[in-house]
Amino acid sequence: MRQFIEGSKAVALAVKLCKPGVISAYPITPQTHIVEELAQLVADAELKAEFVNVESEHSAASLVLGSTACGVRSFTATSSQGFLLMLEVLFNIAGMRLPLVMTCANRSVSAPLNIWNDQQDSMTARDSGWIQLFAENNQEVVDLHLQAYKIAEDKDVLLPVMVCMDGFILTHGAEVVDIPEQTLVDKFLPPFNLINKLDINNPKTLGAFADPDYYMEARFAMQVANDNALKVIPRVAGEFSKVFGRDSGGLFEGYRIEDAEQVIVSLGSLVGTIKEAVDELRREGKKAGVLKLITYRPFPASAIYQALKNVPEIAVVEKAVSLGLSGPLYADLKSSFSCSAKRTNKISGFVIGLGGRDVTKDSIKEIFDLLSKEEKACRFIGLKQG
Amino acid sequence: MADAIKTLFKPGHTACAGCGQAIAARLVVDTAGPNTIIANNTGCLEVFSSKYPETSWGVPWIHSLFENAAAVASGIESALKYLGIKDKVNVIAQAGDGGTADIGLQALSGMWERGHDILYVCYDNEAYMNTGCQRSGLTPFEANTSTSPSGKQSLGNLRPKKPMPEIAVAHGIPYVATASVGYPQDVQRKVKKALSIKGTKYIQIHVPCPLGWRHLPGLTFDIAKLAVETGLYPLIEYEEGKLTQVRNLLKVKPVEEYLNPQGRFKHILNSPEAVKLIQQIADRNIEKYSLMETKA
Ligand SMILES: Cc1ncc(C[n+]2csc(CCOP(=O)(O)OP(=O)(O)O)c2C)c(N)n1
Ligand SMILES: [Mg+2]
Repeated sequence: MRQFIEGSKAVALAVKLCKPGVISAYPITPQTHIVEELAQLVADAELKAEFVNVESEHSAASLVLGSTACGVRSFTATSSQGFLLMLEVLFNIAGMRLPLVMTCANRSVSAPLNIWNDQQDSMTARDSGWIQLFAENNQEVVDLHLQAYKIAEDKDVLLPVMVCMDGFILTHGAEVVDIPEQTLVDKFLPPFNLINKLDINNPKTLGAFADPDYYMEARFAMQVANDNALKVIPRVAGEFSKVFGRDSGGLFEGYRIEDAEQVIVSLGSLVGTIKEAVDELRREGKKAGVLKLITYRPFPASAIYQALKNVPEIAVVEKAVSLGLSGPLYADLKSSFSCSAKRTNKISGFVIGLGGRDVTKDSIKEIFDLLSKEEKACRFIGLKQG
Repeated sequence: MADAIKTLFKPGHTACAGCGQAIAARLVVDTAGPNTIIANNTGCLEVFSSKYPETSWGVPWIHSLFENAAAVASGIESALKYLGIKDKVNVIAQAGDGGTADIGLQALSGMWERGHDILYVCYDNEAYMNTGCQRSGLTPFEANTSTSPSGKQSLGNLRPKKPMPEIAVAHGIPYVATASVGYPQDVQRKVKKALSIKGTKYIQIHVPCPLGWRHLPGLTFDIAKLAVETGLYPLIEYEEGKLTQVRNLLKVKPVEEYLNPQGRFKHILNSPEAVKLIQQIADRNIEKYSLMETKA
């Protein structure tokens, strides 16, 4: 059903459709509305689940780790400082191969303290083994949550999935969103069936201690699972469009890139603004395009290379920075071109919109203009002058 | 061989000779029985019992991190509730003293406050033993550990033990007890009793560590008993916030008998004033819990 609702409520309704049995979270802006909505759904008996209020994000993540280990579909959400406090547990969840789903309502990290949007928080988990999906708008937010459980629980994957949505811009923005029917979701998403779980009828040891004889194989298995996910994610997107009749998800989306001479690669809601700028530039006769990366981890390096190898000028525009280097996505993208010995593409990196700094169409056009200048790994766009 | 021994905590693990924690952990799981799920913090017990690809555990058992067993167990309990099978399954969270009283205290307080139907067991060997005997909040006064060494201007650990049982009681949970591996039947009775009560339970078991306390491995039981017999480790039980049982002492032994065989107190044995301070702790316990009075 199509509804005009806030993004956080859309997440809650999507999560409800996935029928989680245990939900635990801790308040932090801008994530809070999501779990408030879920708390209300449970209070109103619209969702049969244990909703557990905990004393920290570390415990929220640990709690859903425990419930997922019992084979019960579970959910948590956080942002920023809460995300960082969870980080130890997030690595652990991935290492234990527990297919949890969480939402990261993207927000900057302190210091300075700032509650507004960028994507620095989830970037800190890019090496954790979590699959990271980024949404452009709230329809995609809904669709990615439905797909996230299916991807995570796939027997060839068994990795947790994080749906990243820009704080405030998406979490607090209201738009018309189609919330699918339960019957369709049930058709798409089978019940959760975890083989390696805590069960008194079949006692197993989970989270064993691995010495140097075994540790590396366990980590390698996670790398293989990530490779598998690169195949499973598009397949799940295909099944999604069959059941729900719309295209959503997958590894990335190319927008006007076929003949493009200049392409911006970006993540999240920023892509909406870039698409508008691209449309305007196209009207002016410039061959601009945008590649929206949906799946950031696993990183679809060779697919991106195939899509962009003939584009002369490429920009990576992102709301995060690996301080001392460049934007993290820039470094990743650059590495996906390492297979070509004589690269002629110019690839530049731009950091934008940190801590909620407004990103305008004009700043995007400025980036397109800068692309023909020398290749540079890290330019900050939108800094105050003087 | 192993099959011949009926236990849910199988031998062959890598605990040190005389490890009090290994004995206590076996008592706990065997008393709880097969319908039990355990969440274990990082620490000696986890390391010596779960080295891949082997395991000592005959019940479903999970280890996540150092400080989160209480939260992981809360998730397990919530999942069992959701599945409608909580009444059939015991949930136990267990950890060392450091994982309980220091880094895990926040998660534990949250678990207590939420009232989950979980038994939390703290194996109190009075230091971070897994990392080589550093002090914890449950290290006793004047004990020499690697981070509370004695020296020219130090008599060892500066502070007395954190009053964990009282902190537990203050949370309003229905059952709190201390126990000692020196009294195995008492451990079994308390575990059984705790598991018969719905709600959150806390048992803290005193478990000597021959390596860290520097005593002969054969003395584990004797030393555990001496801690009780001197009044340094009172065995107490609280139900619904009231002190309902204490283990009475017919004759109180001087603390020197407990301190003498342990290398961790060697530095104070020639200092009567330092020993006196420990005797005072025992004396206060004896008075506070009326350890010398026989209950009517
Ligand atoms: C967050 C974190 N900090 C520190 C450690 C290192 N560490 C692992 S076990 C341990 C000591 C455990 O002490 P205790 O809980 O008393 O258990 P014991 O080994 O004495 O049985 C420490 C410090 C860790 N694993 N995780
Ligand atoms: Mg210890």
